[in-house]
Amino acid sequence: MSKKVDSTRSSETQSPTVESGNQNATTSSDTSTSDRCDEPIDSSLELRPPLPPRPSLLERGNTAAGGSLRLSKRAARPQLQSQATTALSLADVHTANRLETSSPKSSPASRAVSRKPSLTPSAHQPSIAVSEVDDGASVRSVVPTIGTRLDGESTLGDLIEGAATPAFKALSAQIERANPFDAVLAEDDNLSTQMQHEFQNVESMNKDGQNEEALLNIWKAKLKHFFILSASGKPIYSRHGDDQLISNYIGVVQTLISFYQGAKDPLKGFTAGDARFVMLPKGPLNLVAVSRMGESDAQLRTQLESLYMQILSTLTLPSLERMFSNRPSTDLRRPLEGTDVLLDGLADGFTRGSPSTLLSALECLRLRKSHRKVVDETLLKVRSQNLLYGLIVAAGRLVSVVRPKKHSLHPGDLHLIFNMLFEAGSVKAGGGENWIPLCLPGFNNTGFLYMYVSFFSTSEGALSPEAERPSSAGKDDELAIVLISANKDSFFELRQMRADLVAQLEKNGSMAVIKTAIRKGHASCSDITPGTVLKHFLYKSRGNVQFTMPSFEPHFHGLIAKRKLMSLYHNLHDSIHSRTAHLKVQHTVAYDATALAWETPLFELYCVASSNASRAALVAGANKVVSWIRREEERVFIIGGAVF
Amino acid sequence: MTDSTASAPKPSSSVKLVLLGEAAVGKSSLVLRFVNNDFQPNKEPTIGAAFLTQKCQLPSRTIKFEIWDTAGQERFASLAPMYYRNAQSALVVYDMTKPSSLVKAKHWVAELQRQASPGIVIALVGNKLDLCDDDDPEDEAQDGENAEGHEEEAVRKVSTAEAKAYAEEESLLFYETSAKTGHNVSEVFTAIANAIPETSLKGPRTGAGGGTQAAISGGQDTSRVNLNARGADGAAKEGCAC
Ligand SMILES: Nc1nc2c(ncn2[C@@H]2O[C@H](COP(=O)(O)OP(=O)(O)O)[C@@H](O)[C@H]2O)c(=O)[nH]1
Ligand SMILES: [Mg+2]
Repeated sequence: MSKKVDSTRSSETQSPTVESGNQNATTSSDTSTSDRCDEPIDSSLELRPPLPPRPSLLERGNTAAGGSLRLSKRAARPQLQSQATTALSLADVHTANRLETSSPKSSPASRAVSRKPSLTPSAHQPSIAVSEVDDGASVRSVVPTIGTRLDGESTLGDLIEGAATPAFKALSAQIERANPFDAVLAEDDNLSTQMQHEFQNVESMNKDGQNEEALLNIWKAKLKHFFILSASGKPIYSRHGDDQLISNYIGVVQTLISFYQGAKDPLKGFTAGDARFVMLPKGPLNLVAVSRMGESDAQLRTQLESLYMQILSTLTLPSLERMFSNRPSTDLRRPLEGTDVLLDGLADGFTRGSPSTLLSALECLRLRKSHRKVVDETLLKVRSQNLLYGLIVAAGRLVSVVRPKKHSLHPGDLHLIFNMLFEAGSVKAGGGENWIPLCLPGFNNTGFLYMYVSFFSTSEGALSPEAERPSSAGKDDELAIVLISANKDSFFELRQMRADLVAQLEKNGSMAVIKTAIRKGHASCSDITPGTVLKHFLYKSRGNVQFTMPSFEPHFHGLIAKRKLMSLYHNLHDSIHSRTAHLKVQHTVAYDATALAWETPLFELYCVASSNASRAALVAGANKVVSWIRREEERVFIIGGAVF
Repeated sequence: MTDSTASAPKPSSSVKLVLLGEAAVGKSSLVLRFVNNDFQPNKEPTIGAAFLTQKCQLPSRTIKFEIWDTAGQERFASLAPMYYRNAQSALVVYDMTKPSSLVKAKHWVAELQRQASPGIVIALVGNKLDLCDDDDPEDEAQDGENAEGHEEEAVRKVSTAEAKAYAEEESLLFYETSAKTGHNVSEVFTAIANAIPETSLKGPRTGAGGGTQAAISGGQDTSRVNLNARGADGAAKEGCAC
């Protein structure tokens, strides 16, 4: 998943049918280094952090040449039909294709039960017998490359109904076909309604406990829960509800977990009612996700991994382990004090649905290649001695990176940083500069680094630190300069670097360019792929571990429309990731959208159009995206960055 | 609040100030009030430390405060020396509705007296005066916002007399403030600015003076403050481990 942002390849510009064969651009290998974490194990840092696994590529064994679509032979084998009852959602359709028994990713425990329960079990959803689709499976894949026949597999569009998670379905209920994502909420639409309250606090219980039941109902109505407990069952974190309210439930969860652990058969997940429970044991901690939004186990597990990374980022792994080996009953709440906002930020991001998390990739600000080069050169010029990484981040998107040749940045680490900067309000609301000790577990989970952060609003002219008080500035005009060092005494050094950087960027015009780019925001889908049916897409460059997308507007306005879209993307993503079958293209048709997922060794592309779009039109749109990327690659992605 | 204009060419000097105290007593809120004249009822906890600057006009000179607002969490405690090492002044804050925060404040005072620059000017600040009905005329006007969190604590738990006696004993400046209403906030900073010994304000490259203990009330001794030290010397080796 988390390959580093480190690649000088530009192979994406090639035709998807051409295999670049150069997937391992990150394995530069000089290990001599003077960069150190501050604490506590310097020597370990002499080693380059290990390359993160790239399961998707490994599993698939790179068999398929980019873009050329071959159906896996295995897909033709008889399928397990384990989920007849809830075979409604896209994921279930695919489960029918999956080789459950040979899939390393599927946990028997979790697959045995229905994974995608309907939100409203009683509701009669169009129970297209998905089992019939079995044969259709063989035609589900098409090659959306130019010159490929697009029509042949006739009935595909008719066969696959309900390309949606329960979340997607519920959110879409009673929405007219014409413009489903724009529609207002249906009154009886449980999920849409709940989504509006999802992020509201559950209050504390009264002293007399009178309001307990009411609170519990509010609590139970949440679409998603995250819990972190210690191995001994002590609650450490819960997204919703205070200790008192949830203690019974934590107790039940703990009992379940320890029962199965005792039986040497750790519980990985189960379904209760309409909720999917997924457990992730991590050393002295157990992390639990409860979702009624239809995400896959693998996706929920990725989310839990991210919460765990946040805990490591606060404490470091050795310190976490030390605390529990010294005292198994340690109460981690104290050492984690004040980091709830960070965990909440991550959790809510997952609930809202974030392309970045889904794809484990970053988004960059689109800049001309020559402009980005000037920014990079400026960064290198003003780089100060103790700098490890430098980032310019605009409204959650990366503008430029400066880094040592031997260290790349991990998307997981960057996600933590972005979450801290843009989700948790305290850093930017402080209105000053910040000096933050943190561990970047992808870089090195044993020690701390120190992060200088300075925000400024790009809508104001003034840029001196004294003048930057963007406490109420909108998200979209925030520019952050992030400078990371292993030396905890380098605040003033980095502060000076920041001043130099800003001065230089002003002087050479880059600041104006960046501000313009920020103000422009995302291009709309119709600007990128004019004349096609596409309403939105996600394109992930696997080599660069970056993604790009058009604006959500005008088709996906507001939280719920976006969440619906993200649910659809989650489904598509799951359909090409959660299996060993080498399915490379996935076309789905639901009553309110058609969608296409296309995967090659170079990229993943997910496209969405309205339900009446033909497959051919969708494919034409996908090809348009690919050729747009071919032209724009060095604008929408940071390729290499400023390396010293 | 913060006199910003006065463009007369008064001498100006920088003063390093550090805020210490338990988490959630209102350190960041005091700074926000001082620097931005703003208040946020549900301020998120500080992560790491924030660095801010603000000018303060005295009749005879301009003081530019360079402020370190630290996070009060335990895991950051070992980093504190980094922030107070070269500080000429410190604001040690407690929450008047929370007695344990005064205990914590006393620990900070002791640590500063032991470890910080000998001439450091320390102000003890009891914050959240607005929650103590006894002397806040605006009280009625501010229901709403913070209600739930403070319902029970909305009573003074640390008496003025107790805190004041302690402050006098230790030669600390003492103020009771409300970041919420702004009561006494600029006064604290002005008092600190006034209490900084003239001799340590001689422009950017102040030489080292004597290492005398500066009693606020009494002598305006020179204090040994190297304005430019910027952490180059004697880096404390503590990390931020727990
Ligand atoms: N009523 C009241 N609340 C305050 C006051 N100062 C801070 N708070 C609140 O107390 C909480 C903690 O404040 P904060 O400034 O973050 O404390 P810090 O951790 O010491 O920086 C926040 O919710 C503030 O809104 C005050 O003077 N009166
Ligand atoms: Mg604070």
